[in-house]
Formats: sequence, structure tokens, C-alpha cells
Amino acid sequence: MTRLQTAFSKPHPAFVAFITAGDGDTAANLDALVAGGADVIELGMPFTDPMADGSAIQNANLRSLAAGTTTQTVLMIANEFRARHPDIPLVLMGYANPMIRRGAKWFAEHARGAGVDGIICVDIPPEEDGELGPALRAEGIAPIRLATPTTDAARLPAVIEGSEGFLYYVSVAGITGKQQAAIESIEANVSRIKQSTDLPVAVGFGVRTPGQAAEIAKVADGVVVGSAFVELVGEFGKDAPTKLQELTASMVSAMAAARS
Amino acid sequence: MNKTPPNSFRTQPDERGHFGEFGGRYVAETLMPLILDLEREYRAAKADPAFQAEFDDLLEHYVGRPSPLYFAERLTEALGGGQVWFKRDELNHTGAHKINNCIGQILLAIRMGKTRIIAETGAGQHGVATATVCARFGLPCVVYMGAEDVERQSPNVFRMKLLGAEVVPVTSGRGTLKDAMNDALRDWVANVHDTFYIIGTAAGPHPYPELVRDFQSVIGTEARAQMLDRIGRLPDLLVACIGGGSNALGLFHPFLDDTDVKMLGVEAAGHGLETGAHNASLLGGSPGILHGNKTYLLQDEDGQINEGYSISAGLDYPGIGPEHAWLKESGRVEYTAVTDKEALEGFQLLCRTEGIIPALEPSHALHAVAERAKQMTEDEIILMNLCGRGDKDIFTVAEKLGVEM
Repeated sequence: MTRLQTAFSKPHPAFVAFITAGDGDTAANLDALVAGGADVIELGMPFTDPMADGSAIQNANLRSLAAGTTTQTVLMIANEFRARHPDIPLVLMGYANPMIRRGAKWFAEHARGAGVDGIICVDIPPEEDGELGPALRAEGIAPIRLATPTTDAARLPAVIEGSEGFLYYVSVAGITGKQQAAIESIEANVSRIKQSTDLPVAVGFGVRTPGQAAEIAKVADGVVVGSAFVELVGEFGKDAPTKLQELTASMVSAMAAARS
Repeated sequence: MNKTPPNSFRTQPDERGHFGEFGGRYVAETLMPLILDLEREYRAAKADPAFQAEFDDLLEHYVGRPSPLYFAERLTEALGGGQVWFKRDELNHTGAHKINNCIGQILLAIRMGKTRIIAETGAGQHGVATATVCARFGLPCVVYMGAEDVERQSPNVFRMKLLGAEVVPVTSGRGTLKDAMNDALRDWVANVHDTFYIIGTAAGPHPYPELVRDFQSVIGTEARAQMLDRIGRLPDLLVACIGGGSNALGLFHPFLDDTDVKMLGVEAAGHGLETGAHNASLLGGSPGILHGNKTYLLQDEDGQINEGYSISAGLDYPGIGPEHAWLKESGRVEYTAVTDKEALEGFQLLCRTEGIIPALEPSHALHAVAERAKQMTEDEIILMNLCGRGDKDIFTVAEKLGVEM
């Protein structure tokens, strides 16, 4: 089994924790997320124009770029994480332009070399995935696609086709870190998607509290939290690891309790 | 170029929205169903004579088309070479070519049952044109504008407000036109059901580059007929300035298969291509993906987008419409770049020789026209799109010329 398959085969739903690479002491922050019980790490690649993100992650992107983060930095952070945590899956999330800048093949090979398990690219829909997806699969990296409330029955097969690792259900039509969808809508959409695929379905966008994570854990295979962590990094700087570990632990235990 | 030229340059994009390797639909999944919907609706509208009739009627009676074709006799004399002719799109209602596209898009929005309009703007020309058509059709309008541009372009901000639009100063990113476009896309993704995004140039995800070009092609279609009517032949050279590139495509596209007609697109070289402070995406950039399409971008080695620079806010965008990227690679259109300083010379030259105050955007094209005219004979003809008037720019120009107002 791949690391991602293992993470989604545990008795409890997977907790997917996101932070932006190069924003604060990323190594220490990632270790804190693992110590708190995160099952999957989603590491954001900073971009000047993060169109799908709300202000929390936009600001994290700007802080990271201002600190001099490059693609090489992101790959190095991933590589060092892999050395410290051989079993925790790590997924890179970002936008198309930094990923394809040196060619999709270059990116896939170097991500593979850094021990990356999957890639989430926000702005390459299935219709335009002629290069990146195949390059990733050739390197054994899972292309993780997004499904949204606007992904209707006609489009869903195209989104699922070629997806690996897990499917990321974006719970709201909107940007990261804003309002949360009603649990009824999440439940209906997740069950609709699961009728079409055996891939695990993780739910993200707007999930900020242990209570929300617990609710979603009842109906999905995984829960993704990003903006809430990124805000802690922005607010607490070098003291962020303690806060990140606490929030992760409370999310994880709320999710476990919800399923038991 | 070693490539065999295509049979026609006017059949792009393909059915998936690609102009060669450029264009496409690089958007978040949430927006994909919307732009597929927009494409279907645009195809239907294009085939609907009633839609075309309403568009034509508004262009004639509301915008003031056809715009005149004008022989610039004194400018031609001053330059001492080829004849200079202008397509006078600065005489349109709202003072630029932008309104042609806004009329087309708001009719599409209404056809699709959308009840709220959003737009991005740099200098405010597209924002004013969008606010204008929203007032005309009674739809609420939100315009995203970089916070710094809101400060610099206060007359246009006031115009938009008079027209009933809400102007949102954008502070995200670096608060520029590209950030305004990011925030407009963020708004759209969160309001997918009732909102129509009127993009101001021939860029963005398919079908925007195609439909903006089609709506702007009225410029070239009129000019072609006017030329044939006036002098019985086509011009030898077309010239237009390029930011995103909609006015240039509007002029060029109907002539693309007239093999004897050469074309020159003029980018903003700012302080000079060698300084890095410019907006010449084609001449000084490289292919990448931004704002829904693959095209030439100003970017660093990691694919981070660089801020451009130009005296002209309307050319101040780090990308370019994907059809221009394709026309450059295919060799059909030649591209050059003109600095701030040269554009200011073009600006003053037109004021004094023809009694026309041009916008700073076409002032870039004017400089290129002056250079080319001198190398041409007096029976050769240059046709330039005078795409905007310069009232909005007089404060900028005064400052550059060291005049206190």
C-alpha cells in the first residue's frame, strides 16, 4: 500500500493538515502537526496570485515569498520532512504556473525525489491535464483532484478519471477559510461522489473548529483544515508549534469521538 | 519561421479554447461548469439573429458607431512618408473601445439570467464602461480596483460611483490590476449562481478571449469596409497598442487573412526593456499559466508573477491575451515595444498636428506609427486604432512634463 492508502485505511477518518511552505519555521510546524496526530500533511507551495484562497492563506503566501521561498526551498522542506517522518504522507498543494515552470516532467521527478506522495493543483481542471497528470503518474505521484458543489453529475466522471490518492471535496463554492457549508449539503455531496468512486473523499474549505471537523468526520473519509493553522503560524510565529499541536490534537480527538 | 502557415488565421481557437498551445481553461473546478455554460450560451447567442440585432442597435444608437475613419493629413505631412489613417474609437461613448465589449457581455449576462455584474479595472476605463452598461440595463455592479489605482484615478472612481457602481479597493497581493482580477475571480467563485464576470480584455479562460475578440472585431470589420469605400483598397500596415490586447485584436482579426496587410502590435516598454520595468509580456516574458489561460507572462524562474510597469495604467498587466501569443509564434503579427518617453512624444505630436488628445495607451502605437511612416512611401497606408481619448491622462502627462496644474 502507498503511504496515502495506509493513511486512509486507519479505523478513524484521516486528518489532513495544511500549512504554507516557507511561512515561519516550517519544519518545526510540520513536526507539531504530526505530533498532534495529523494523518496527512498538505504543504502549500507559495504563489504570487493564489486565486482560490482567502485572506489567511493569501497572507501566508506573501509572507513566504517575502522570506525568499523558492521552488527549491519547498522541495527541500519536503525532502527533510520525508527523512524525519518516513511514514506520513505529504501532499503538495498549489497553482499551475510554479508547477509547470520548468516543465511538468521536471516537477514530477523532483517532487518524487523529495518524497512527495501527491499533488493538488488548483487551476488545472481535467480538461487541461494532458501534461501534469501523466507526468505525476509516471513518477508514482498521486494527482489529487478537487470536486466542488458545482461539479454536477455530467462532470464528476471526468474529475474522478485519473484521480489517485483521495478526492478532495471542496465543501463550499468559494475560497478557502470563509464560510462553512451546511453539514446536510456536505453529506449529500460526499455520498453522491462515493457512489461513483472507491477513492477516499476528504472534505475541506471553511473547516475551522473541532466541532465542525467532528461533524464532517461522520460522513467523510477525511477532513482538511488549512486557514485555521495558517492563522496560528501568522499570529504566533516561532511559538506556533505548540498552538498547532494543540489544535491538531483537539481536532483529531473530536473526530475520533464522533465516529465511536 | 519554418512552420507552414495555416490556411486561415481566423479559425482560432479550437473547440477546447486553444490558440495553438495557448489559451485554454485553467480555472478552479468550481468555475469550470460556469465557463462551460457561458460557452454554450455564447454559441447560441452568436447564432441568434435577435442577439446580433440588439448588439448592433446598441452600438449604433448608444455607443455611436460606426466610428469614423480619418486621414491624418497634417500628421502625415509632419512625418513625411506613408499616409497615416486613424480608426476613431476614442469617439465612442465613454471615450474608448472598451464599451464595445461591455455591450456584448451584458447582453450575454441578461440572456443567461444573471442579476449581478462584477468587473476588474486598472486605470478605470473598463470599470467605467462596465458601470455604464450596468446603469443602462439596471443591474448592480461591483468593480474591483487596486487600492493604489483608486488613489491615482480618482476621476474614474467618481464616474463609476455616479453611474451607481460599487468600487472595491483591492489591497490583497500588491493591490494592482492583476490582484483586482484575482479578487474578481474570488468573488465569482463565491457567487456562481447569480453573478456574471465582465472581463475587460481578450484574456482569461475560454471562451472569454474569443468572445471579447468577437465583440471588438466590429472595429476591424468597419475599418475594412470604410477603407474599401474611401480609397478602394486595404491598408498596408495596421498598428495598435497592446495591454491585454483587445483593441488590437478587434482591429487585426478581420484582416488576418488579407495576406498583403502587415500588422504591428505595440507593447509598453516602460523605462526600457533592458531595465525590467516594463509590461512587454511578449517581448520580455515567457509562456506560463495565469488567470485561466496559458500565455506569455512576466515571471521569474520559479513562475512567480512579476509586477509590470508602464506610464499607462491601461497597459499595466503582466500577461497578454492568448491569441496574441499565438499570432506572435505563427509570425502573422509583428510585435514591438515603446517606452514611456517615446509614448509621451507620440502623445504631444498628435495633440499639435491633429487637434486630438489621445490616451497614453494609443500614444505608444503613435510612436511606432511615426517610426514606420518615415520608412514608407506616400502611396503606402498605415491604419492605426486610436482606441481611447486622453482626458483621463492629462494629470499624468502634466506631471511628466513638469507642469503644475
